[in-house]
Amino acid sequence: MNFDPRYSGRNFTSVGTRPIRPDGVDKVTGRARYGADFNMAGQLVGRVLRSPHAHALIKKIDTSKAEKLAGVKAVITAKDLPDLTNGDAAMYDILDNCMARTKALYDGHAVAAVAAVDARTARQALKLIEIDYEVLPHVTDVDEAMQHHAPLINDAIFTEGLEEKPVKPSNVTKRSQFGHGDVHQGFGHADFVVERSFKTEQTHQGYIEPHACVASVSSDGTADLWVCTQGHFVYRQHCAQLLGMEASKLRVTSSEIGGGFGGKTHVWAEPVALALSRKAGRPVKLVMTRDEVFRASGPTSATSIDIKIGASKDGIITAAEATLRYSAGPYAGSWAEIGAMTAFACYRLENVKTVGFEVLVNRPKTAAYRAPSAPMAAFAVESAIDELAKEVGIDPVEFRIKNAAQEGTKSSYGPVYGPIGIGPTLEAVKNHPHMKAPLKKNQGRGMACGFWFNFGGQTCVDLNIGMDGSVSLAVGTVDVGGSRASLSLVAAEELGIDYSQLKAIVADTSSLGYNDMTDGSRGTFSSSMATISAARNAIKTLRERAAQMWDIGVDDVVWEQGHAVAKGQKHGNLGKLSLKEIAAESGKTGGPIAGHSELVADGAGVSFATHICDIEVDPETGATRVIRYTVVQDAGKAVHPTYVEGQYQGGAAQGIGWALNEEYIYGKDGRLQNPGFLDYRIPVCSDLPMIDTQILEIPNPNHPYGVRGVGETSIVPPLAAIANAVSNAAGVRMTHIPMSAPRILAAIEAERQG
Amino acid sequence: MAGIAVSTVINGDAVEYLCQPDEPLLDVLRDRLGLTGAKEGCGTGDCGACSIILDDRLVCSCLVLGAEAEGRRIETVEGMAQGETLHPLQQKFLEHAALQCGICTPGFLIAAKDLLAKNPDPTEEEIRFGLAGNLCRCTGYDKIVRAVQDAAHVMKGA
Repeated sequence: MNFDPRYSGRNFTSVGTRPIRPDGVDKVTGRARYGADFNMAGQLVGRVLRSPHAHALIKKIDTSKAEKLAGVKAVITAKDLPDLTNGDAAMYDILDNCMARTKALYDGHAVAAVAAVDARTARQALKLIEIDYEVLPHVTDVDEAMQHHAPLINDAIFTEGLEEKPVKPSNVTKRSQFGHGDVHQGFGHADFVVERSFKTEQTHQGYIEPHACVASVSSDGTADLWVCTQGHFVYRQHCAQLLGMEASKLRVTSSEIGGGFGGKTHVWAEPVALALSRKAGRPVKLVMTRDEVFRASGPTSATSIDIKIGASKDGIITAAEATLRYSAGPYAGSWAEIGAMTAFACYRLENVKTVGFEVLVNRPKTAAYRAPSAPMAAFAVESAIDELAKEVGIDPVEFRIKNAAQEGTKSSYGPVYGPIGIGPTLEAVKNHPHMKAPLKKNQGRGMACGFWFNFGGQTCVDLNIGMDGSVSLAVGTVDVGGSRASLSLVAAEELGIDYSQLKAIVADTSSLGYNDMTDGSRGTFSSSMATISAARNAIKTLRERAAQMWDIGVDDVVWEQGHAVAKGQKHGNLGKLSLKEIAAESGKTGGPIAGHSELVADGAGVSFATHICDIEVDPETGATRVIRYTVVQDAGKAVHPTYVEGQYQGGAAQGIGWALNEEYIYGKDGRLQNPGFLDYRIPVCSDLPMIDTQILEIPNPNHPYGVRGVGETSIVPPLAAIANAVSNAAGVRMTHIPMSAPRILAAIEAERQG
Repeated sequence: MAGIAVSTVINGDAVEYLCQPDEPLLDVLRDRLGLTGAKEGCGTGDCGACSIILDDRLVCSCLVLGAEAEGRRIETVEGMAQGETLHPLQQKFLEHAALQCGICTPGFLIAAKDLLAKNPDPTEEEIRFGLAGNLCRCTGYDKIVRAVQDAAHVMKGA
């Protein structure tokens, strides 16, 4: 039976309810096992030595003293992770990032690692490794890295995407461009034009759980890896390729994950732990410190963005243009490209052009962070849109409504939209009580819109019906925030049984087919699609078994509310057979009953949100306080509304931190000066108000229940919404994120001095 | 290697262990005693994921030495439920979905327990400042605050 993923309206029984999550009790009692909570017999402790230099040639590494220290069982360098990438440039970069080969490219770059009997011995061993560095000039700022005289990070990089191949290498790996129409002509029709430049600083995902894994390589070439990851199947592929193993010989089990937000979609320490285990012949546990997490994993791009938008007197945007420069760390990425795609995605534009530049800097390799690249672009665009609305003399919500993309709009990045939620979120904001709440002195209100693509991808689900009629659901998308609850609801809905009859788990890589990572807001979207498909396959078998039990044709059996029902007058006396009754007889009717699904979840519906916030600014100090915050976002269909609200609130909170506080601060020496939660301050409970949410449900036509991804979009509008609020409160346009107190004060003072 | 012999009480049970002089209590709990409910998010007392109650005082166990537990009383998240019966805070955290990834949850539960022991009827602001030593990156704290408010209400009625 071919699975039809198209949306069809239905009255839901389970979906849309708010039961307690299946993994909940373990998580409130301390029983749940995260990355660092797992141990193996005979396990060693792994530790990584990291470069103190932002940019340096590694001339010589002498590990002999460390190897002689009692209790040290393995010391590795790049030599122990030979290049097996076979010309795959992206994999080579991953390898080089895991263990520097000829050059250290940022403060924190791994250069060697040890495995020892305990942590103290491992720490001592690191101090005995002698490295002869030749320190090179470095560059950490995205704009400086683009200058002709900037230190070159990789002299094999010649900018891609230019009409002619450049004659000289540079730190710009790629230029990308999107848009349609003729912006030059469009600006000619504009009565008002706003042109501004913006900067955003680098932030970290800030998951509370550091990266952690336990690796065990056997001498027969098989291996086990326990790890906190957003994608254990992808980790398996990457680790197997880097270690020269066959993927099926490496079993990866995803632990409970203590936050990822994109940061746990990349391998960092796992290939190192495997290499240590292979060399030592014993299991190795490797847990990053918080300092290492900041210096060597994570961060998002720092950006520098120029925006130009023009509008006619009646408030229609005639042209929009953006130039976006995103730092990628020392390796090529596609961060500016994504920013250039998302920048104007909320609007219906005749003339639009965006150009992105990927820029290498001596900072850690940029990693995905929740709707990666979109928040910075939205900050710049939505700030300029607010200014333009003021110039035209139209309310900023009305101005956005006038220009919002609709079904049928050709998006600024190419595709034509289906049914979308930007207009409805704006209408909801316009009518929201928040917009009428009174503002006090020094308080300002701001709002902004945000867009994210969402992703579907490869997905696989097993649904097994036990002989007692209980159902186990094995999924392959890591549960980062309650997806086992939402997927159980979907299975219960489709099978017509009670949520309590189900138990969902995340299966390891040897127990289930390949799954893409939990990224792109795909966890519930894609795995629910596969769960529905698997449940429908199971129902087909259940109907066949019931037909067998009744000795009638299967076409006369339908599935209704968890029961097989014989249809037609001639079967009037057959009654119903419950799932439990059919399961109990399964041994006699053909064996175990299961439903499987392997699919590519196409058609992830794009997602839009509009946020409103009120900020108070102290004009004497520049200090800010978030007074009110409201998130309005389209969920397609909220499967477990409480966890949807949680995604909205969490993304908003991360955006608030990004907008007001968080930034990587590098010294002139190229070293990160604030690699800890004391100096890299994420929002705490007393920094925030309650975060109000409103869920809109505009069904995604490409999902049977209309579900859209919900995880990422909520971090896209906050930077701009807060910047607009701060600008309104302080009476001066803020163009540099984070809007820390000193920056706001400087802007206020500059304005006062004219 | 010699160690320091420590006798202490953890969640009501007498416990003895040997530890190194520089070994944090968090490492003793997790690595020597198998009590992995307390988490290490930073190791510097900034995130609160390792929160425990030491003699009626909320502390980060990463900032206490294992040797300092001699003769003291320790409460960890593992001691909050009574058999199958969850503590009202645990129950309300589940009902309000006050956790997403859950790594900060043990620390929040312990901090909230300490807060309510000292202030059974806290205002929203008192809850927010009482829990300001615990970092959560997933929830935006909204549902955590509501869960604590609800638990306080239930505990007062009990």
